Amino acid sequence: MIKKIADNITSPLGFTTADNYKAVCEGKSCLKRYEGKWKLPEPFVASLFQEGLIEDWFSSKIHTDKIYTRFEKMVLLSATKAIEESGIDASSERTIFILSTTKGNVSLLERNLCGVDDDRVLLGVMANVISHHFGNTNIPVVVSNACISGLCAQIVAKRCLESGKYDNAIVIGADEQSPFIVSGFLSFRALSSELCRPFSKNRNGLNLGEAAATIIYQHCDNLIDGWQAVKGAIRNDANHISGPSRTGEGCFRALKYVMTDEVVSNDIAVVNVHGTATVYNDEMESIAISRAGLSDTPINGYKGYYGHTMGAAGVLESILSMKALDDGLILATRGFDEIGVTHPVNISNKIRHTNKKTFIKLLSGFGGCNAAMLFNRR
Amino acid sequence: MKKAVHKITITTTDVVLDGKPLDVTCSGSSILTELYRKYVNDYPKYFKMDILCKLGFIATELLLQTEGKVRFEPCENRAVVFFNRSSSLHADKSFESNISNRGNFYPSPAVFVYTLPNIVTGEIAIRNKYYGETNFIVIEKRDEDVFENIIDGVFTDNMTTSVVTGWLEAESEAEFNAEIYIIEK
Repeated sequence: MIKKIADNITSPLGFTTADNYKAVCEGKSCLKRYEGKWKLPEPFVASLFQEGLIEDWFSSKIHTDKIYTRFEKMVLLSATKAIEESGIDASSERTIFILSTTKGNVSLLERNLCGVDDDRVLLGVMANVISHHFGNTNIPVVVSNACISGLCAQIVAKRCLESGKYDNAIVIGADEQSPFIVSGFLSFRALSSELCRPFSKNRNGLNLGEAAATIIYQHCDNLIDGWQAVKGAIRNDANHISGPSRTGEGCFRALKYVMTDEVVSNDIAVVNVHGTATVYNDEMESIAISRAGLSDTPINGYKGYYGHTMGAAGVLESILSMKALDDGLILATRGFDEIGVTHPVNISNKIRHTNKKTFIKLLSGFGGCNAAMLFNRR
Repeated sequence: MKKAVHKITITTTDVVLDGKPLDVTCSGSSILTELYRKYVNDYPKYFKMDILCKLGFIATELLLQTEGKVRFEPCENRAVVFFNRSSSLHADKSFESNISNRGNFYPSPAVFVYTLPNIVTGEIAIRNKYYGETNFIVIEKRDEDVFENIIDGVFTDNMTTSVVTGWLEAESEAEFNAEIYIIEK
């Protein structure tokens, strides 16, 4: 089995997991409306780092002569903090770096950066730069499976550790927002021009966000205390490359797979949904959850705090869910008002208390992919 | 013990299926369309795909025809997992040129969707009704150990009994290569 030994969230809400958790408990968000940003013709709502903030934090926290892109600085800030907390040897040949991102350094296509080779736009080259920063010479793996990458990376980490080949896996999920990504989602008419309203009747699209989040897992034979990633699954809808299945097929199948014999629905404190606040995603998730017999289980979503952080989402949202259950809490679904999905779901619109120690994280993405992961604390 | 039961390689000039070269007259991206016309020809969605998807789609079609099993039956036991170096860079560059002139700003959803490398796994899942695992891994260069490590991991999912997998690289319309396998448990 694998145990979580350290984590970090680096987001516009803060540079530590503790700061992020506190902000979310207080109902805060950095989502705001941008008009004319990057000279884009349409306004959009996003959760972005204040200009210059990443650069300032980076120069105060990390001492290096090397030149890194803004995206890489985000990744390094998050990973450094988690590695320090873990006490592991990040340079060890028994440690592997697994990155989760959709677009990485794609902004280099628009504007190259003096001192940074053009090939850093390649995800594998970027990942090498990150692992080399920590003196690690293993080939880093980048999982780029659309919006479910953050769970897929944790699934890959679990498998790498359980194969016995590695002792530690450093899983870093990150994406930065850019004209590239915002334009793409605008072209799909998937963005809301207001704060997103997950699972609500009047939801009309998603907000984008940027963040980096790191979980470090360690192989262990016997878990005495702490969080373990019990089981993960990736399933495809086999339906459409840019729209979810009407029967929630892939999501349902992933959910069913991770609901093992040892875990009954009554043990599950919460299902932390993808909850992007697009009409189709939230409807699809309600169908899958209902089909899986989880209609009464509390569900919540964090897109109303962070927006959709893409490659970071699976890692960030898993960490926050663990942190809340450590305090016996189910966090509120910010932005939710009146239920607007056809299948019954038990959505948490305010902070609830629980003494359960198990949750499921769900994600869905373009390409028809879906992922679910079951987490449990001893 | 896992074994590759079928293998295909496609380059801009040659196609080799289970060790046997196929006759092709075209080269470059036309080679894929030639293969489509000759061996598939019933899936017009092919023409909407970007080069990475076309390459993965054609390679998989030929492998599955050679495998000779009943096709298009829904199943959850086959995974589709590809590896490459350039991710979706070719589509990324097209989309970037779409949006670089903000005065003439027409971002195309049909181009944007292919700026995710995993779309090809979705295309194959849709065509074949595969509900199993789909994933896309990017690494700096081809490495057999990474490949084996990841694929061994894919088989730890109890549902998975076979995987369509391999190297699927399309840097541009003129530079691509695929080496794809069907691997069974």
